[in-house]
Amino acid sequence: MKSSVSVEVVVLLAGLLFALGIVGVIIRKNIIFMLLSVEIMLNASGLAFVAAGSRWGQPDGQVMFVFILAMAAAEVSIGLALILQIYHQHKSLDIDNLKEMNG
Amino acid sequence: MEIAFYIAGTVAIVATLMVITRHNPVHALLYLNVSLLAHALLFYLLGASFAALLEIIIYAGAIMVLFIFVVMLLNLGKETAEQERKWLKAKVWVGPSLLAGILFAEFLVLVLSSEQSTYSPATVSPREVAVSLFREYLIGVELAAMLLMAAVVGAAHIGRHKRLVLHRFLKEENEREEEKHEEMVL
Amino acid sequence: MDKYLWLIPALPLAGFLILALAGNHLGRKSVATVGAGSVCLSALVTFAVGGALLSGMPENAVYTQTLWTWFEVGAFNAKITLTLDVLSLIFVFVITFIGALIHIYSTAFMEADRDYARFFASMNLFVLSMLTLVMADNLLLMYLGWEGVGLCSYLLIGFWYEQPANGTAARKAFTVTRIGDAAMAIGLFMVFQQAGTLVISDIQANASVIWQPNTTIVTVTALLLLTGGLGKSAQLPLQTWLPDAMAGPSPVSALIHAATMVTAGVYLIARMHAIFALSETARLVIAVIGAATLLLAGLTALTQYDIKRVLAYSTISQIGYMFLALGVGAWTAAVFHFMIHAFFKALLFLAAGAIIESLHHEHNMFKMGGLKDKMPVVFWTFLAGAISLAAVPLVSAGFYSKDQILWYSWAADGGSPLLWAIALSGALITAAYTTRMMILTFWGESHTPIGHQPGKRMTMPLVVLAVFSVLAGFIELPHNFGHFTLFSDFLHPVLPQTIMRENVPSEWLFQLLAALATLGGIFLGYYYYYEKPARIERLRRNGLLVGLYRFWFSGWAFDALYDSVLVKPFIFISKINKSDITDKLYTGIAAMTGEMYKLLSKTQSGSLRWYIMGLVVGAILILGIQIML
Repeated sequence: MKSSVSVEVVVLLAGLLFALGIVGVIIRKNIIFMLLSVEIMLNASGLAFVAAGSRWGQPDGQVMFVFILAMAAAEVSIGLALILQIYHQHKSLDIDNLKEMNG
Repeated sequence: MEIAFYIAGTVAIVATLMVITRHNPVHALLYLNVSLLAHALLFYLLGASFAALLEIIIYAGAIMVLFIFVVMLLNLGKETAEQERKWLKAKVWVGPSLLAGILFAEFLVLVLSSEQSTYSPATVSPREVAVSLFREYLIGVELAAMLLMAAVVGAAHIGRHKRLVLHRFLKEENEREEEKHEEMVL
Repeated sequence: MDKYLWLIPALPLAGFLILALAGNHLGRKSVATVGAGSVCLSALVTFAVGGALLSGMPENAVYTQTLWTWFEVGAFNAKITLTLDVLSLIFVFVITFIGALIHIYSTAFMEADRDYARFFASMNLFVLSMLTLVMADNLLLMYLGWEGVGLCSYLLIGFWYEQPANGTAARKAFTVTRIGDAAMAIGLFMVFQQAGTLVISDIQANASVIWQPNTTIVTVTALLLLTGGLGKSAQLPLQTWLPDAMAGPSPVSALIHAATMVTAGVYLIARMHAIFALSETARLVIAVIGAATLLLAGLTALTQYDIKRVLAYSTISQIGYMFLALGVGAWTAAVFHFMIHAFFKALLFLAAGAIIESLHHEHNMFKMGGLKDKMPVVFWTFLAGAISLAAVPLVSAGFYSKDQILWYSWAADGGSPLLWAIALSGALITAAYTTRMMILTFWGESHTPIGHQPGKRMTMPLVVLAVFSVLAGFIELPHNFGHFTLFSDFLHPVLPQTIMRENVPSEWLFQLLAALATLGGIFLGYYYYYEKPARIERLRRNGLLVGLYRFWFSGWAFDALYDSVLVKPFIFISKINKSDITDKLYTGIAAMTGEMYKLLSKTQSGSLRWYIMGLVVGAILILGIQIML
């Protein structure tokens, strides 16, 4: 079950997903949605890695994906724990409520 | 089998679009799950069956479950959806979408300016990945292990339910407000 | 004996360290013992080492001792190496011997001063620096000593710092000599750039290989070194600091501003004679400057009333003679006159100091008078110095040294009748102002009652110096007086023979004329100030003469000239630039930074989404640049 596609198309797909992730991070005020968008961006970069690995027939792309996965797991667990704390302290998930650290 | 690739790609894009536009967190999570499954298919079509499996098991399985737990814990329901609807106005999303569009356009120009080449993706078996992972990238694996360990400890620490901690100035302010409140009650 | 060379500068160094570190905790007696004793011991070591050097001549004419390497940079290394040949031996002898006498004198002279230890610490440091200067084996070490004596000169001129005028004089001396020092430093750079070494003996040996005679480069190098010498030796046009330097205590004037430091320029030129020998222009410049200075300073000395200023101008004038001798190529004559001058000028300053102290710090000669019988020891020793200064024929040392210069200024290769005529008129003027000074100070009526007589510690050095002032000339007699040339014979391994011109008239004639000039000067002084003082009144009515007198009295208005040409414009410019225009640039940068900080701090809104927008815009820009390229 092999397909023959140009590597550019795959990379463009990854780029498009990444751009959507960025849009998600910026337009949402809810922290949970922002975290979801970050997950989208991570996945998009993982896709680019895997595509590059399969283009050259090397395992490194997938290895990198594994690392991204591990990183995403760690990031999500910490991020969600932070979200819980923020909700407890501020009774809100609005990122604009957390502007205390302005210059 | 190019058609499968394009279908999976389209599904991924549409699902992702839905994720970033949903008002209800649970709906967004479900769409994200769809997107992740589409990713898994893409991986499989690119000859990376191991990555596809990991995507389903860990991402779509474990990580999404975490999100759902949190959504349940915070009891995000109809009110949140209402709030999201209020927040998500055209004037909020047009600018960032435009910027992202420009970014993507630039990316497009850069990618398409190079020579196009079609190829048949080589299958990279889990065996090869494992060998590479535990030989060349051994240090990386150990570092990842440490990172996960730190994440576990950190999450356990941060997630502890502490009482409200305020800065001392804020505390004084709070006390004053409480006093006022009491006076008013009296 | 060369292994004891280090002791000569080390003893004053030890004295300086003890006095500088613990001077305030020592009693006056200990301070005097350490301060004077260190220099006396140094003088004894000099006698021993110098005697060994002279007896080992001519096979072994140089002692060298390398103490340690100062620093190394690439191929260049500067060593702390002491070297003693006959030329430096003469200077070391003068520095330590006269220095020791002056230190002994100072123990009594400064008795009542509060800062006894500071005085001796500075004096010892000066002796150390001066010894470094003359014993240095390379020009860099010499420059260290050169700057060291400048520093000590500054410290000692401003010794009584409570009076602002003394501080001003010290600063003036430091600033003016600094002009020369800067030129000398550039000269050293040029020497190093061309010769690749600063070791004096190497430069001397290879000078004719390194430089072509009379090229621009060697002339410029020589002139830069000369400018350094002019600054230290108070020659035209950098002479203005020396008269003001008399603000320091009299022993300081005697040691630094008469005997040793001001002759550093003479030493430098004699030491580097190989370079100067290659440039006729530079030699001519030296001779002309020397001649002009001796005449100008002599005429100024004729008009002063402050006894120390008379002596100061006379010092400038006598150093002018030395420069004239160097310029015409009479190297040994210059060094000989240096030594004799050190004796009699130190004597005159010390004697003047004794008089001034006895007369309650009265400097004005017109208020002295009649001291001949009241202070006999000072009178006789002062007389010995004065006849030497005036170069009274046959009996004084000054005659033998000055006569040589007069003779060479005509007869030597670089000499000319004009230079000789100036030198001769200088001799007349010297005799005239010396006589005037003697008569005003010691004869006539007493105007100021004397306080106390100088003690033994003050008179003993005077007597020793007086003996030398009279007798030291006999080690070098003119060629027609039995041809006894001990001094120049010793010096010839270091300094070349004077090249004579062809067809010069007999030396007798010149000696006769020189003697006549001296006697004429003495007669003039005697006639106007002793025989017929009323004549001076008549001269005073002549407007032209009074104007001339005022002009000379101000030191040919050099101070006013420099004031209006250099100081005033500088003050004017600094007044315009009070708010510092160049600073605006830097304050502007600071202000701009502040403004930009405020601007940028606005972007730090604390809003995470805003930051991400920034990231995206940055990514767009970077990708855009990549597309453009």
